[in-house]
Amino acid sequence: MSFLVDLLTKQGLVTAFALVGVIIYLSHLISKYLTGGRIHGSAIAILAGLALAYAGGRITGGLKGIADIPMFAGIGLLGGNLLRDFAIVATAFEVDTVQARRAGLLGAFALGLGVIIPFTIGVVVARFYGYTDAVSLTTIGTGAVTYIVGPVTGAALGASSPVMALSIGVGVLKAIIVMIGTPFIAPFIGLNNPRSAMTYGGLMGTVSGVTGGLAATDPTLVPYGALITTFHTGVGCLVGPSILYFTVRAFTGG
Amino acid sequence: MTIYGVALLAICTLIGVGLGDLLGMALHVKANVGGVGIAMVLLISARVWLSHRGALSAGIKLGTEFWATMYIPIVVAMAAQQNVLSAASGGPMVVIAAVLTVAACAGVVALISRIDKGERP
Repeated sequence: MSFLVDLLTKQGLVTAFALVGVIIYLSHLISKYLTGGRIHGSAIAILAGLALAYAGGRITGGLKGIADIPMFAGIGLLGGNLLRDFAIVATAFEVDTVQARRAGLLGAFALGLGVIIPFTIGVVVARFYGYTDAVSLTTIGTGAVTYIVGPVTGAALGASSPVMALSIGVGVLKAIIVMIGTPFIAPFIGLNNPRSAMTYGGLMGTVSGVTGGLAATDPTLVPYGALITTFHTGVGCLVGPSILYFTVRAFTGG
Repeated sequence: MTIYGVALLAICTLIGVGLGDLLGMALHVKANVGGVGIAMVLLISARVWLSHRGALSAGIKLGTEFWATMYIPIVVAMAAQQNVLSAASGGPMVVIAAVLTVAACAGVVALISRIDKGERP
């Protein structure tokens, strides 16, 4: 037993790759067989990650979730700021500029609203729950934009880990609601053509939520929603720690 | 060569994050201002430039796309190292913020698609 623990500890990052792979595999099985594919496997995997973080916190009493257990310290490297930012930048490579231009003003307009509306709601709700400092308010507000923008902004501003977790929590829950809810609300919001799919992608802005939700509604709409949505995280990461933070700071005065 | 793609991604990230740090310093904030976003714009520009020159090789694509596909696993690992225990105390806030956000955005989508339909011939 201690041989195995030593091996997994020594192989830190390799252990993390294996662990995350197993989590994602099991999550996709759960997605397929227990939810009929309605809840995207990625969303379940992220929830499983948060559950592990909760367990890690319980076991060690530390601040870094499962990464505080030496055997799983590699999770800290794999999910750390460095590789996270690196992978997010890489997703920009998939953006097709020709199609992006064709998406036109409507998509850009929706994209702008899709950052401002969730952010404002997130900030107002956080303020209502007693957060007063600009860094926490901005981090929770950007979490309502997507679960990537929240932590990227929080990391850039130096937000505390509990606030980061709240921020991710809001984003993940939003993604799950979008995933499950899209097929049900589609008829009521006119979501049945590429243009409205682009609007939807811009406003909802969560990649796994929008692609999962659109796939369950009408698979042919997926690329249109995803195209705008892929810009969402970039725009959010650009304005989150800058314009949005300055705006909030102007209100809070510090 | 796969490494060209990884290196391109790395160079864009370094320049972007570096500019973000400088921007933060210039604006007197202890923050990286939009470094990741700048890096993304650089990578998009680099890809457009390379494909115009016909220099977008399979290796370059492989090197960057591999990391793009690793982004969900990395987010899972990131979730697994958050301080969820202390966030759990703020439960209702998370639910309220998420539900209100989705409801408001869905409402705006409905509004836009109605206006958009009205404007079309």
